[in-house]
Amino acid sequence: MSWLDPREVGYAVRTRLAGVGEATRLFLRLLALGGASFGRFRLVLDQVFFLGNRSLSIITVSGLFVGFVLALQGYYTLQRYGSADAVGLLVALSLVRELGPVVTALLFAGRAGTSLTAEIGLMKAGEQLAAMEMMAVDPVRRVLAPRFWGGIVSMPLLAAVFSAVGILGGWLVAVALIGVDAGSFWSQMQAGVDVWADVGNGVLKSVVFGITVTFIALQQGYACKPTPEGVSQATTSTVVMASLSVLALDFVLTAMMFSI
Amino acid sequence: MQKSRHDIWVGLFVLVGAAAVLFLALKAGNLLSLNFGETYQVVAKFDNIGGLKPRAAVKSAGVVVGRVESITFDGKTYQARVALQLEKKFEFPKDSMAKILTSGLLGEQYIGLEPGVDEKYLAAGDVVKQTQDAVVLENLISQFLYSKAAEPPAAPAPGGGK
Repeated sequence: MSWLDPREVGYAVRTRLAGVGEATRLFLRLLALGGASFGRFRLVLDQVFFLGNRSLSIITVSGLFVGFVLALQGYYTLQRYGSADAVGLLVALSLVRELGPVVTALLFAGRAGTSLTAEIGLMKAGEQLAAMEMMAVDPVRRVLAPRFWGGIVSMPLLAAVFSAVGILGGWLVAVALIGVDAGSFWSQMQAGVDVWADVGNGVLKSVVFGITVTFIALQQGYACKPTPEGVSQATTSTVVMASLSVLALDFVLTAMMFSI
Repeated sequence: MQKSRHDIWVGLFVLVGAAAVLFLALKAGNLLSLNFGETYQVVAKFDNIGGLKPRAAVKSAGVVVGRVESITFDGKTYQARVALQLEKKFEFPKDSMAKILTSGLLGEQYIGLEPGVDEKYLAAGDVVKQTQDAVVLENLISQFLYSKAAEPPAAPAPGGGK
């Protein structure tokens, strides 16, 4: 029963606690470095390119298909109640409020988060971060902060693109394919979707998810064991932790935002 | 450095994202139907508002002329106090009637404003005197049943069926 040994338990608890403390400190440093990052905007710009532009294709295609499926399924259910016209409203509300931010965050974690973790982890394993410190260059400021802010900038834009493309996909299936009246498709949507309560809160959600996913990816890479196994473990746990945090946060945010 | 190439693509990406937000706000949302024109507030009291919600439309002759600003409960009269924001360019006689109506069979509830014949117009802070409550299905059915029960049994109606 070695794992019940008080010294072992104490060690495990202390390591975890120290990990949480370090992660919090890193998070606060990254937030505080916001001004410095945007001062050297080139670095952030490059990261927006790698995190945002390179994810655009997967986001667009996924959004399109999610919109297709939502319209098909929504139509199937709604036409039983003779309200197939409301399919536009259903597609728009589901995308703008939930699916847009959440699915984008999950894809973002898989597409961009993993590459961040692997990159930082390999830099650590290759002792590049240590070399930077030797040259009095702060790796958090030079490497992590631009990636963090690049992720925060990219994520809401990607989520908005996802939702917009999804609505267009829903239109394509519902109006062009099934033959729902185009006028009532849009007018029901416009009557039911509120700009601030639905679209605004959706954007807010995607910002929070952007912070969450990017931070988890960076933290995992920065704290990983500097070995090939360590990097691979960190990459895996980025996806797992980011996905779980996004889903849990989504519940909390939804409960807070749309609690009426 | 190949940074200038990134600049273009990042710029394009940001523009696409902004266009998507704009699309969501204008085409999917109701930003266009929000009007930033001047409004004045009148109050209508209802015994029962049914499923009326804040930001519901106020329509006259089927055209949107305002929005429901807020719905509160009046503890003194036990009525619902509905504040309406009407557009300043539309004036309604003082004896206009506010009804709670439903668009379609399952649609949203809105307020229909029927103009009266008074010489004077509603001003800010006025109370709409004549109101008609939302139709509550249960009350309708019970009224129907009572009136049925009050009728003399003209024909044999076994089982009380319709």
